[in-house]
Amino acid sequence: MSFHPKMAYDATFHKSSRTLADPGPPFTFTPERRARLDEVLTRYPPDRKRSAVLPALYLAQQQHGYITGNAMRHIAEILEITPADVEDVVSYYTMFYTKPVGRFVLNVCRTLSCALNGAERVTEELCAKLHIKPGETDTSGTFTLVEVECLGACDRAPVVMVNDAWHECVSPESVGHMLDSLRTRGESALTGCHLAVEKR
Amino acid sequence: MEPLLTQDVRKPNGYTLDFYVEHDGYAGLRRALGMAPDQIIEMVKASGLRGRGGAGFPTGTKWQFVDKKSPNPRYIACNADESEPGTFKDHVLMERNPHLLIEGCAIACYAIGAKVAYIYIRGEFLHVQQVLEAQIAEAYKAGYLGKNILGSGFDCDVWIHRGAGAYEAGEETALLESLEGKRAQPRNKPPFPAVVGLYNCPTAVNNVETLCNVPLIVKNGAEWFAALGPEKNGGPKLYCISGQVKRPGVYEASMHVTLRELIEGERYAGGAREGRTLKAIIPGGSSVPVLLPEQLDVPASFDAVQKAGSLLGSAGIIVCDDTTCMVWLAENLLHFYRHESCGKCTPCREGTDWLHKILHRIERGEGQMRDLDLLASISAQIGGKTLCAFGDAAITPVQTTLKHFRHEYEAHIREGRCTLVADWRARQPIGAH
Ligand SMILES: Cc1cc2nc3c(=O)[nH]c(=O)nc-3n(C[C@H](O)[C@H](O)[C@H](O)COP(=O)(O)O)c2cc1C
Ligand code: FES
Repeated sequence: MSFHPKMAYDATFHKSSRTLADPGPPFTFTPERRARLDEVLTRYPPDRKRSAVLPALYLAQQQHGYITGNAMRHIAEILEITPADVEDVVSYYTMFYTKPVGRFVLNVCRTLSCALNGAERVTEELCAKLHIKPGETDTSGTFTLVEVECLGACDRAPVVMVNDAWHECVSPESVGHMLDSLRTRGESALTGCHLAVEKR
Repeated sequence: MEPLLTQDVRKPNGYTLDFYVEHDGYAGLRRALGMAPDQIIEMVKASGLRGRGGAGFPTGTKWQFVDKKSPNPRYIACNADESEPGTFKDHVLMERNPHLLIEGCAIACYAIGAKVAYIYIRGEFLHVQQVLEAQIAEAYKAGYLGKNILGSGFDCDVWIHRGAGAYEAGEETALLESLEGKRAQPRNKPPFPAVVGLYNCPTAVNNVETLCNVPLIVKNGAEWFAALGPEKNGGPKLYCISGQVKRPGVYEASMHVTLRELIEGERYAGGAREGRTLKAIIPGGSSVPVLLPEQLDVPASFDAVQKAGSLLGSAGIIVCDDTTCMVWLAENLLHFYRHESCGKCTPCREGTDWLHKILHRIERGEGQMRDLDLLASISAQIGGKTLCAFGDAAITPVQTTLKHFRHEYEAHIREGRCTLVADWRARQPIGAH
């Protein structure tokens, strides 16, 4: 590489467009989560600790709500890999958040079977009710709206996965009720899938 | 054919160990442990069981390829990623008949000489995973998993590994990468996983439904299993029917059943909704060619659907009625492929984005006639030029809608608008993001 004095390398040429992960506050796992991770590590060969990176990231996300630079560093230390290895994984999988999200993440499936049954209208209705666009969080910090790809429940389309719970056969008319009950009843308003399977 | 995989899925306690054992559960494992591993592989080969994950590759042959001479441990990786659009059968098995899968995993491990099976389950299936985890714990307690299973001296562990939202993680080598704690990107083949798989050890990657068929074969014999379906397409099959039909759902049948019966039959999906007619059918998950309503009178078997010009794939049958615009359909699916492309191979990473952009433009009425040639040429430059089958899958919706519905594309361009806007679609285009 050249270091010619007339070239303003530091100002222009070597600027990466990559945004660095938000380091966040100092991070260590709570003792319970650390114990859980150590238990998970026993499932993989001792020299393959890296296999536990997805479980470790889920634990970190559970603890802090989203994944910070410091969390990645902490996980890297435990698994004896580099922070870059962890960030590589975080940036690939869609279920890890690197920014704060609302208390309820509304993942609306937008793929074919759901779309054929009105998923686009469901998204439209949610946008209108929450005054946000897909990818945004409402001003109260309660709801984040995300459009996702096929959730594997296409016979009960359209499907909205709220945090980890499926809401099936949603319609533009029913989303208002869904939002209200999440607001008033909180996590207890999350419905599961197996009940719906049983009923049919 | 009476259901064999899903007969008890609606019973409230059908998923429990007690229920399973009362109904002859784990008899297959017991029988298997009294046989030589090679005998089991021969039996599975003779049954003609073909992989239910998409490719339809004979399972016994796959197991036979597992390198027995390697000094390394061997592994079973159960593919429970189930992300192919239109596919939703594996989660029913895992949630409502989990012990069948656990038994299948144990028999598979015994057959190939593995001691560990990892079930790679997609991250969005948390509720399914919780059921499966609890039932695995039950199986350990009852001695069907763990050390010295049923006093045979055979040890077997089954672990669940949760994915985190990536379609490509369903591709077998990408699945192994993900299990190793990396990005789910495919590896070059060969070597195949049977020789160099998880942790560079010989590995068999099998779909959930595939493994669920194994106990049935061991219990009832290869001939019985083969006789359930047409030649080389034996055994029960789960069909996922979704889209615009009266009764979408998971239906179990033998592969003698025709696509038309599945879609229009009174015992199955019941046909198009009131006042509507069928327009296009995707018979095997979003990655396979579109069939027209007049092409449905063929058995829904691997071989017959292929002969009809499509593929059975994962048996995810997506039905579109006459309100569906085919340009919109291609755009919808390319949005999926563009988003899910893992980025490893340039033709797929860049090409899916280009295809989506062009389709979006045509759908909005801003396309030009030369865009149609562009779509065809970009598709041709992706097909066969990627490490895994994703590239071929991604171009299929474009190529087959262009082939059967070119007039719709032309109408969009001529009239400068979408010519078939249904009331179930967004009032404002949600747009490309
Ligand atoms: C892009 C892509 C995605 C795939 N997704 C899945 C999947 O979600 N589930 C699955 O069982 N197989 C999937 N497969 C097929 C697997 O690569 C593999 O063929 C299968 O797991 C083998 O199991 P089987 O022989 O039991 O079918 C996918 C393949 C490709 C190319
Ligand atoms: S298309 Fe929405 S769950 Fe499959």
